Amino acid sequence: MAQIMMWEAIRRAHDEEMANDPLVIAMGEDIAVAGGTYKATHGLYEKYGEQRVIDTPISENGFTGLGIGASFLGVRPIIEIMSVNFAWLAMDQLFNSAAKVRYMSGGQLLAPIVVRSPGGTAHQLGSQHSARMEKVFMGIAGLRVVTPSNPRQAYGLLKSAVRCNDPVFINEHELMYNMKGEVPEEEYFHPLVGSEITREGRDVTLFGYNISVHWCLQAADLLAQHHGIEAEVIDLYALSPLDRAGIRTSVTKTHRAVIVEEAEPAVGVGAEVMAILNEECFFELDAAPVRVSALNVPIPYNHALEKAALPDANDVVEAVRKMFGI
Amino acid sequence: MKDADKKRLLREMLFARRFEERCYEAYVERNIGGFLHLYPGEEACAHGVLEAARTGHDYVITSYRDHIHAIKSGADPRAVMAELFARETGVSKGRGGSMHIFDVAHRFMGGYALVGGPFPLAAGIAKAIQMKGGDEICICFLGDAANNQGTFHESLNMAALWKLPVLYVCENNLYGIGTRIDRSTAVIDQYKRVAGYNIPSAQADGQDVELVHKAAVKAIRHVRGGKGPYFLELMTYRYRGHSMSDSNAYRTRTEERVWSKRDPIILLRDRLIKDGKLTLQEYKDMDTAILDEIEDGVIRFATESPEPHISEVEKYVLADNDPWVRGGVT
Repeated sequence: MAQIMMWEAIRRAHDEEMANDPLVIAMGEDIAVAGGTYKATHGLYEKYGEQRVIDTPISENGFTGLGIGASFLGVRPIIEIMSVNFAWLAMDQLFNSAAKVRYMSGGQLLAPIVVRSPGGTAHQLGSQHSARMEKVFMGIAGLRVVTPSNPRQAYGLLKSAVRCNDPVFINEHELMYNMKGEVPEEEYFHPLVGSEITREGRDVTLFGYNISVHWCLQAADLLAQHHGIEAEVIDLYALSPLDRAGIRTSVTKTHRAVIVEEAEPAVGVGAEVMAILNEECFFELDAAPVRVSALNVPIPYNHALEKAALPDANDVVEAVRKMFGI
Repeated sequence: MKDADKKRLLREMLFARRFEERCYEAYVERNIGGFLHLYPGEEACAHGVLEAARTGHDYVITSYRDHIHAIKSGADPRAVMAELFARETGVSKGRGGSMHIFDVAHRFMGGYALVGGPFPLAAGIAKAIQMKGGDEICICFLGDAANNQGTFHESLNMAALWKLPVLYVCENNLYGIGTRIDRSTAVIDQYKRVAGYNIPSAQADGQDVELVHKAAVKAIRHVRGGKGPYFLELMTYRYRGHSMSDSNAYRTRTEERVWSKRDPIILLRDRLIKDGKLTLQEYKDMDTAILDEIEDGVIRFATESPEPHISEVEKYVLADNDPWVRGGVT
């Protein structure tokens, strides 16, 4: 199995799906001639031409809507929104058109689009370039939301998303495009539902997704080394629908849960997983579930303030220690 | 246009008028719920343009004032009324309602309830046509007030940039909900606004179906000829309020009287009578037959149709048993 970077994995998925189906197109700001801000579409313009690899104007709502309209006729657009912060501008078309058209047409029209967008906080990008918007997307019926934590998922999720008949939002991360990981040599399609046990454990379940999976893994190592606590790490790569069964199964084993999210706590993944724990396995819990989240502030520019606003592996360790009273 | 076609158009427009008036009654009778936006006064717009199109072949998309565009595109009026009555036999299986009439088999790609929402969708449909290499075009009908949305500018820019086969038809009825155009819009003539995107455009009398048709023939020839988008503005007037919750208090009775003298149906009727192609009695008989057809065919069908099953409330949210959801495993 080859070790490749996240951007290469995403690029490979584009390339294979475009080779497989002439109706697959890629569109977005700077994705064609420039090859994409994070190189996710590097070289595709030269290979597939300007009809299929399209530099769009800076009109997020407009080009997202254009992609949706094209998808009504069987075109499968992979739309890159350069930064998830700009996706706010495309919410009208994503929510009012893509997510609802199948239902309100009585099943006549499908909108099989893929929207990929990097979110999360990077290094001192300031308030308007540090949004974590997964909570917004996952609250909308009619939209699938997935979020890769490694190159294998990034590759396989995009491949499945392109072929799936539902609109899929792929929440990537600004800091993770150069992360290396193993991706199968052969073609691979990752499920758009479910979750993965990234580390087996028996004492507490750490739920993470996207970048927070890595904080959970670091925390699990620290907990094992220093406290003899064996944490299980569950990767919630599918945010909508969330894997109720996977969440229940793990907590039925460990009886304790910590949810780790890069976003502000309100109405987020942590809140949603806690609700699922209540609904699915309340009596399995030996302690009240805890969420580790960002502070409820716009992300500051100053490095120390930015760091203070965000959670990390140490915060996860602290949360677990508090839960165990150690 | 041949006399037979003019007489058929007269009948279609009169049918549209009576259909919408019956919708009004059905709303008052509480057989229709939600929001209801009616088309009387504007019939010549949809009929003149779509008469020049290849309905069932060309794609049509519009706003929430959509019943008549769907019917002229080929939708069964009984299934449109059944949709308004929220029945399983409705065009959108009772899930859409008045603002979301869809008949994809006839390439009527839907009514959308966000003002300006269809602008980019129409450009996208045109992009797909262009990719597939067909000779279809996409026709997008929207009101004048939609042109104050960002989607207007974003979509016209892309349509012109990529020479997409889309005809934007602006039904300028002079009001955006209840605000008169000169109080909301810096440029009154909407066809002038697209000059900034190098899109050819024209303005036509939207009350005279023959003039609308003539303008649409020219517009469609341009778009189908691969020359890119076109923008056609039709000056028209809606007799009723924006929706049923609108008392129409913001307009003067004088203004309404002026426009009613240029009623699209009466205009065509009187022309046909003057030319000796129609008698007033024939028109009255036509009207009676239409009223009977609506009552005995359309309304009865809607009334007698079943409602959707409660057990199917979650159907159509996401694709059923799509193998790619599980990574290609069936």
